[in-house]
Parts: sequence; structure tokens; C-alpha cells
Amino acid sequence: MLELSHVYKVFNANTVNEKIALKDLSLTLNNGDFVTVIGGNGAGKSTMLNAIAGVWRVDAGKITIDGVDVTAMPEHRRAKFLGRVFQDPMLGTAADMGIEENLALAARRGKVRGLGWGIGKAERAKYREKLATLDLGLENRMTSKVGLLSGGQRQALTLLMATLQQPKLLLLDEHTAALDPKTAAKVLALTDQLVNENRLTTLMITHNMKDAIAHGNRLIMMHEGRVILDIAGEDKKKLTVDDLLAKFSVASGSEFANDRAMLS
Amino acid sequence: MDFTTLLNQMPGAVAQGLIWGIMAIGVYITYRVLDIADLTVDGTMATGGAVCVMLLINGYSMPVAIIGAVIAGMLAGMVTGLLHTLLGIPPILAGILTQLSLYSVNLKILGSGNQTINTRKYDVLVSMGELRGVPFYQNPIFVTAIFVIVLICVLYWFFGTAMGSALRCTGNNPNMSRAQGINTNIMKVFGLMLSNGIVALAGALLAQYDGQADVQKGRGAIVIGLAAVIIGEVLLSKLLKNFALRLSAVVVGGIIYYIVYQTVIWLGLDADLLKLLSAAVVAIFLGLPYLKRRFIRPSIKSIAAQEEGGTNA
Repeated sequence: MLELSHVYKVFNANTVNEKIALKDLSLTLNNGDFVTVIGGNGAGKSTMLNAIAGVWRVDAGKITIDGVDVTAMPEHRRAKFLGRVFQDPMLGTAADMGIEENLALAARRGKVRGLGWGIGKAERAKYREKLATLDLGLENRMTSKVGLLSGGQRQALTLLMATLQQPKLLLLDEHTAALDPKTAAKVLALTDQLVNENRLTTLMITHNMKDAIAHGNRLIMMHEGRVILDIAGEDKKKLTVDDLLAKFSVASGSEFANDRAMLS
Repeated sequence: MDFTTLLNQMPGAVAQGLIWGIMAIGVYITYRVLDIADLTVDGTMATGGAVCVMLLINGYSMPVAIIGAVIAGMLAGMVTGLLHTLLGIPPILAGILTQLSLYSVNLKILGSGNQTINTRKYDVLVSMGELRGVPFYQNPIFVTAIFVIVLICVLYWFFGTAMGSALRCTGNNPNMSRAQGINTNIMKVFGLMLSNGIVALAGALLAQYDGQADVQKGRGAIVIGLAAVIIGEVLLSKLLKNFALRLSAVVVGGIIYYIVYQTVIWLGLDADLLKLLSAAVVAIFLGLPYLKRRFIRPSIKSIAAQEEGGTNA
């Protein structure tokens, strides 16, 4: 479904701040894979997601989504393949627009936006139904501005928006990191539910090793811009946080230097 | 000071306010919807007037002259949009560059700094000579009000369409817009074209109303437009949530601006100081929300009330 081959990305090239963010990164996702991604700060996790999403062009390598070479495709055109949820709840929705308007915008991802109504009657009924499944009471506030919602509500809405039009690939960039533990658990449960219902191929970055082990069918660990560990199936189910830390030391030759990940 | 002099000037103030209200709707589209402070409009206002007057002088009909002005305005907006999206120039600078170049363009269109037309000889839509003593349907206030109503209806419809929603979304959250497959660059260029087309329309109407086009006409237009937007919002925002009504508030803001303008002149203020006064008023209103956040802390009571509302929501 997704194939990254020999991808490089360098930030601030030829300056003292030069940072090789992705270094010969190769990764293949099969149809229906739910891959969790862990790694220390600056390991290249978010950079990898941004490379796939096309926020900027990669410096070398090739990216294909469902057989289509998207390496040179601009971000807004790749959007038709992708559902995305960001770490910052503010990023995924338009704050000054209504809940139903946000959903309507997401429903038109990858389609021509012409002079037909921005939101139809039948659509509204469908959104109401979908919102009701979130169990947050949003179905009764369809015209409320999204800016009035809490972070958790906004992430739940963004998840719904990302899956409204079945994406080829769902990209989750630490989408629960900014939420309190209880809300984070809820949003993660919703993530599992939506991914399973729609059989979505998913890449989920998390800083929480327990979450990384508990969710998905495959786990990859990144370090210095490439994948240093790739565990799937039965092996992944047996993993523990200690295993992961030990494997990290062996694979990278250093301690896992991320306080946030250690403590959670 | 004779109060009747002021009263006699009121119809003129309302007519001018309505025309500048149309211009302010253009400013609203960039400033509020797209979140770009577009300074192109200072040039476009004069361009609209220049194109309209020159087409009339060269024998074209009034509708053709107005449409020509709108197209010229849209082209100016496109230049600013392309400077911003293709060359990565910050929107304020892109607007300034286009505005400056339009000064030369306007001089070339007019052939000199100023061109007058005898509004009795030409078929003009609005003229200050027709404020009194003509059937109501020829009165510039009536004619301009019809323009305003039609324009607001069309914009209300447009911003409700899928394309209009994409334009609003681009101004609200460009990152999210791209993630939802919206080409934000095209949307920005289009929004600037729409805005400057409307401003040029106002310029064309103003030139007809005045019976002349002048390269200096648009100087400080952005400030008048912003003043209209802000006056309308400050006075009416609590009442008006609906998009069409908010646009109407902008036009009302334009009218109030011109009524105040005529009144301070009547009160004997030195006309040389008017632009300073306009800028000061806009600066104060732009700064108020910031000062409010900084120096006025919400009372404990209102925080408690908010929390209660929050848990209910």
C-alpha cells in the first residue's frame, strides 16, 4: 500500500544547523497493516509522516502510495490518498467553521470543489449519525464553531474527518500526546474502532511504548532517520517495554534517550 | 455653523458611504476571510475609476465600462496573488509592489493625472448631480443600494458553495486545507482577484459619482475599507452572526464613516488632518482587542460562569 525506498531529507543543508532527518529510509506497508512508530526525539518519525504527506519534497528516494508514484506530487493532490491527524488539536480542523462544515470539507477531499452547495441536506443527516457514534454529544451541536470544542473533541472530530472518505493510508502523528490520559485513552479506542471498521492501513506515531505495543499488528522503531527495528505478528504481541528498551540499545548502540517515553 | 448645511450633505455622505461600503466588502474578503491585509486595493480603487472613465470617453457603453473596470481590478489582484504564491513574497509586500506599479499603470490609462467627464453628456449609473430632483430609481443612493444588495446576495451564495467553503477554510487553517486536498495557492489568488474586482467596481462607481477619475483617488483606501469593516464589527457584531448580515454591517460601517467624515468637516476640522484622523481611528480599533486581553482581567464571577457553561457544553 505504501512504499518508501531510500528516502533522504536534509534540513538546513550546508549550514551549521544541518540535520539529516531521513537517511536512506525504506519501509513497505502491506494492505491493512496498522503500524505503530516509536523512537527518540529527532529520530525522524514526524519527518517521515510529513514526507509521505508531501508537506515538502524529499531530497532523494521514491514514495509510492497504492502503486502511484507520489514523490513529486504536491501536498493538496496527495491528500486524496491520505487521512491525517496531527499532534496539535488546533491543526486538524478549521476553528472558525462549524462542525458540519468541517466534515463537509473533509468529505470533499480529492474531489472537485465547484459551485454546488458546500453541504447538502442528505449529508447533514449522515454526519449527525456519524457524530452520534462518537458519543460526545456533538450531533446536537452541528453548527457550533469547532473552536469551541475541547482538544479531545477536536481530535475525535479530526479522526472522523480523516476516515469520512476512506483513505488509502491513515497518518496519525502523536495524535493523543496533547490530551489528558483519560481523553487520550478514549481517542485511542476510537482510533482502533475506526481503523478496524474501515480496514485502514495506518501509520501511528506514539511516544508511549505501552500504546505502541498494545495497538496495531506491527511496530517499528526509528533512530537517526531510519528504521532500526521492525516487529510484526506474534513476536509483537509478546513484546514488553523492557524488551523494547533492550532492543533499542542493541540496535542503536546507545541508551533510549527520551524521558517522555521512559516515564509513560 | 448652520445645521441645515450638515443635513444637506447627508445624502451625499450616504451615497459615498455606500460606494465605499462596496469597497469595504472587498477588503473584508481579504482581511477577514483570507486573513491577508491586501494593500493592492489602494491602486485598484484608482484603476477601477480610470478604466471606467476612459472606456466611457472612448465611446463604450456604461455596462461595458463597469465590467472592464472589474476585470482590470481582478487582474491586479491576480498579480498580487502570483507575487505571493509563485515567488513567496509576503502578502503585505506583494500588495505594496502591485499598488506602486498600479500608480504608473493608472497614469498610462488616464494619459494624465486626472480625467473628468461631464456626467450629463455620458450615460452614467450614479452621479452626485442626481442626489435631488430625479425619480428615486435614478438616485445614486438607490442605485448603489441595489448594487450592494445584489453583491451581498451573490457573495452569500458563493461562500456557501463547496468552492466558497474551501476559500474560507484556506484563510482559517491553510495546513488543514492542504491536508483536505484544497489548493491553497489557487484559493488565495482567486480570493485576491475576487476582492480586487469588487474594489475596482467601487472605484468605477465612485468615478462616475464624482464625474472624474484621479490617480490619487485610492490613496489610503485600505484604511477607509478597514475602518468600515471595524466600525461595522464593533457596532453590530453582537447582533449579526450570519455571513450576509456581517457583510451588511461592513456597508453600514462605510456609511457611518462618511457621516462622521462630513460631520467633522462641518465642525470645522482642517481637511488636511482627515487622513491622520482616519488612521488614528483604525489604529485604536485594531489595537483595542489586544489591549483588552492584556490589561483587563476577567472577573472571578465571569470565570465561574464560563466554567459552568463549559461543563454543560
